[in-house]
Amino acid sequence: MAKLKGFRLKRSYFSFPYAVLSALFVILPLLITAFYAFTRNGHFSFDNFVKFFTTPNTLKVLLFSLGMAALVTLICLVLAYPLAMMLADSKINRSAVTVMLFIMPMWINSLLRTYAIKNVFQLIGMTNAYVAVIIGLVYDFFPFMLLPLYSILSGMDKSYIEAAGDLGSGAVHTFFKVRLPLSVPGIMSGILMVFMPTVSTFAISEILGDTSTYMFGNIINDWFTASGGSGWNIGSAYSLILLALIAVTMLIANKATGGKASATGNARVGGGIL
Amino acid sequence: MNNDTKPPEVLRQKFDKIIEVKNVTKIFDDVTVVDDVNLSVRRGEFITLLGPSGCGKTTLLRMIAGFETPTNGRIFLEGQDVTDLPPHKRNINTVFQKYALFPHLNVFKNVAFGLKLKNIPDGYKTDKNGGFKLDKNGEKIPLTRKFTKGEIEEKVARALKLVGLDAYGHRDVTSLSGGQQQRVAIARALVCEPKVLLLDEPLGALDLKMRKDMQIELMDMHSRLGITFVYVTHDQEEALTMSNNVVVIKDGVIQQYGSPKKIYDEPSNAFVASFIGESNIISATMKSDFNVNFCGVDFKCLDKGFAKNESVDLVVRPEDIIIKKAGGKGALSGVVTQCIFKGTYYEMNVLANGYEFTVQNTAEHKTGSEVTLDVEPDGIHIMKKQRTVNEYVTEVDGENTVALFGGSFEFVNNLGFAKGDKVVARIAFDKVELTDDESDGTVGGNIAQTLYKGSYYQVQVYTDDDDDIFVDTADEWDTDDRVGIVVAPEAISVERFVEETESDSAEGEEDNG
Repeated sequence: MAKLKGFRLKRSYFSFPYAVLSALFVILPLLITAFYAFTRNGHFSFDNFVKFFTTPNTLKVLLFSLGMAALVTLICLVLAYPLAMMLADSKINRSAVTVMLFIMPMWINSLLRTYAIKNVFQLIGMTNAYVAVIIGLVYDFFPFMLLPLYSILSGMDKSYIEAAGDLGSGAVHTFFKVRLPLSVPGIMSGILMVFMPTVSTFAISEILGDTSTYMFGNIINDWFTASGGSGWNIGSAYSLILLALIAVTMLIANKATGGKASATGNARVGGGIL
Repeated sequence: MNNDTKPPEVLRQKFDKIIEVKNVTKIFDDVTVVDDVNLSVRRGEFITLLGPSGCGKTTLLRMIAGFETPTNGRIFLEGQDVTDLPPHKRNINTVFQKYALFPHLNVFKNVAFGLKLKNIPDGYKTDKNGGFKLDKNGEKIPLTRKFTKGEIEEKVARALKLVGLDAYGHRDVTSLSGGQQQRVAIARALVCEPKVLLLDEPLGALDLKMRKDMQIELMDMHSRLGITFVYVTHDQEEALTMSNNVVVIKDGVIQQYGSPKKIYDEPSNAFVASFIGESNIISATMKSDFNVNFCGVDFKCLDKGFAKNESVDLVVRPEDIIIKKAGGKGALSGVVTQCIFKGTYYEMNVLANGYEFTVQNTAEHKTGSEVTLDVEPDGIHIMKKQRTVNEYVTEVDGENTVALFGGSFEFVNNLGFAKGDKVVARIAFDKVELTDDESDGTVGGNIAQTLYKGSYYQVQVYTDDDDDIFVDTADEWDTDDRVGIVVAPEAISVERFVEETESDSAEGEEDNG
C-alpha cells in the first residue's frame, strides 16, 4: 500500500501496450530484415545490394512493377472518382447501403477473390496475362481508392459548389476549379492506398499472370522460398529497397499536397503509415 | 447597361419591380416550408426577410438565388421568368451564412473567381468592309469578351478597398478572422456587379461589436452602390435598423410586409407584435369604433372597422404606457412587482386588475409602490385575432369519439352522429389541457410558440399529426417542449359539416391599422 502512494496514473502509461506491440511486430522484424540484408554467411556485406544493381533483369522487373502499379492506380482513380461523386450526391444515392455494396469486397479474402476471377477468365477464354493481372489488381484494390474519395466528397461543404454556381460557374468549370482541387487530399490518400500494395504484390500476378507479368514482389517471394544459399539475405535487401522507394514516394506526395491538405483541415496524406 | 437602345429611365420604370415572387410554394419531404408566398422587391431597395429559425426565409432566398426550385409558383427577375434558370445564369450574387470562401484559393483569387467567368459586351460583329454584320432580323450581332488580367486586378483591388481589405489580396482565406472572411465574401459577391445581392444571415457568426459595425457598413455600401439587397435574418433589431422594408415570415407564410416603423407601430397580428420588440399583448373587446375594453376598463383608440363586441388582440408597447404615482389620474391602478434599471430607462412590471404589464420609463417606481397606468389612443394598436376557437373539419370515428390530431377524442354525442359522419369539431382555447408527460395526453405535440397575454399564456402546440392547436393556460411552457394534449369530452362541440364556399383566404393577411 505504501508503495502505491506515490503512483499516479498518467495518460502516457496507456501507450505502453502499443509501444511493446510495435517493438515486437514492427521494429524487431525491420531490424531482422536489415540484419539479413547487410550480411552474407554471417558476415557484414553489401553483396545483396550489389546483386540488385548488377542483375539487369531485376531492375527491369522493378520498373515494370512501378509502371504496372501506376497504371492500376490511374484506372482505379478514373473509375472511382465519378462513382464516389455519385455516391456522395444525396440526390442520386439515398442510402448508405449502396456505398457498403461497393466496399464489401474488402471483407472477403483477396486470394479467394483472385481465384474466383481466374475461373471467370478461364470461363470466358481470357488469356492475355497483362490484361488479366491489371483487371485482377484493379478489382482487388478498387475499394481502397473509392473509400477515401467517397469520404472527402461526401464531407465536402455543399456551399462551395453553390458559391461557385452563384459566381457564374457552370458544372464543368465548378468541377475543375472547386470540387477537384478540394478533393486532392482524398485523391492522394487513395493513390497511396492503391499504389503501395500494388507495387509489392505477388499473389495476384502469380495466380493470374505468367512469366511475362513477373513483378518485383514475385522476385522477393522467389528468393525467400528458394532453398538454401543466401536467398533470405537477398530477399531482405530487395524488401528494403522497395521500402525505401515507397518512403520516398510518400514523402514526395506529402510535400506536393501538404499545403492543400492542411488548408481543408485534412490530415497529411498517409502521414501515419511511416 | 446591357441594352443601350432604350434610355435607362424607360427600363427603370418598366422593371421597377426587380424581383417578383408569385405564388411560390416549396415542399421538402411532405413538409411545406414556404407556403404560397407573393412578394415583390423594388429596384434599389434594402429588403429584409425576418422570422424565427425554420420559418422558410432562407429557403425563399435560396429559391431566388436558384439553389432550390419552387414546388409551385414562379420567380421573375426584371420581368424575366428565372424559375428554372440555374444559379450561374442569374445576375444575382449571394453572401453565404458561413461565407463559403474557397479554401484552396487566396483572397485575390476568391474575389476574382466570378470576374474571370463574366462575359462583357464588346461591340458588334463587323464584316470585311468595316460595317456592322446584321442577323436575319436586321439587328446588329453583339460580341462579348472576358475581362483582361489588368481589368480583373483593378476591379478586385477596388472591391477589396470597398470592404477595407486593400492589402490582403495575397493572404490565405483560412488565416483571416471571421469578420475579415465576411468582408471577402461581400467583396467576392459585389465585384460581379450583380443586379441583386442576397445576404443569408451574413452577420450571424460575428460578435456583437463587429456585427454593429458591419451593419452600418452594409447600409453604407447599399446606399453608395444602389444595388438591391435582399437580407435574411432572425434578428429583429438588425432588420429594423437596416432595411427599407421588412417581410415578417412565420411557418412559410408572410405575416406582414412594410416599413420597419409600420411593422413596429402597427403589427398585423400577435405574432408580429411579440416577435418585433417588447410588447404587451392582451385580449380585448371592441365596444364600438374607436372604443376598446381591456382589463375591465374602456379606452379610446384609433382603430375601427371591427364588429361590435368583437374579440381582438391588442398591443401596447412598454414605452407607450404612462406610469404615475398613485393618487393622480389614471385609467388603471396597480402595484410595481419588479423594477430593473436598463441604462437609459427603467423596466417595470406592474400588476393591474389581474394583468401584468411591462412598462418602460425614465422615472423609477420602486418595487411595491402603487402606481396608475394610462395609455394614449395612439399607443393602442388593435389586431384581428388569428383564431378565436380551435376548429377542425374531421369525422366521427367511433360511437362517441371524433378523430383529431391523429388520435381519438371522446365527445358528448347527444346529436346522434354515426361513425364516418363528417363533422366540425370546435374546442375553446381555455378548454385544452396540456400535460407535462406526453404519455398522459391523448396525443402528443410540440410547443411552437408561447405568448404572454397579461394574465395568461397563449400557447400554440403543433401536434404530431401536423395540426396546430391554441391553448390558453396559466402555466408558461417552453418552446419545443414535448407535451400531451387532453380535452374533456364536454369541451368538444361537434357540429355536422356543411360544405360551403367561403372565400376568406388567409393569405397575406392585410393589416388593419
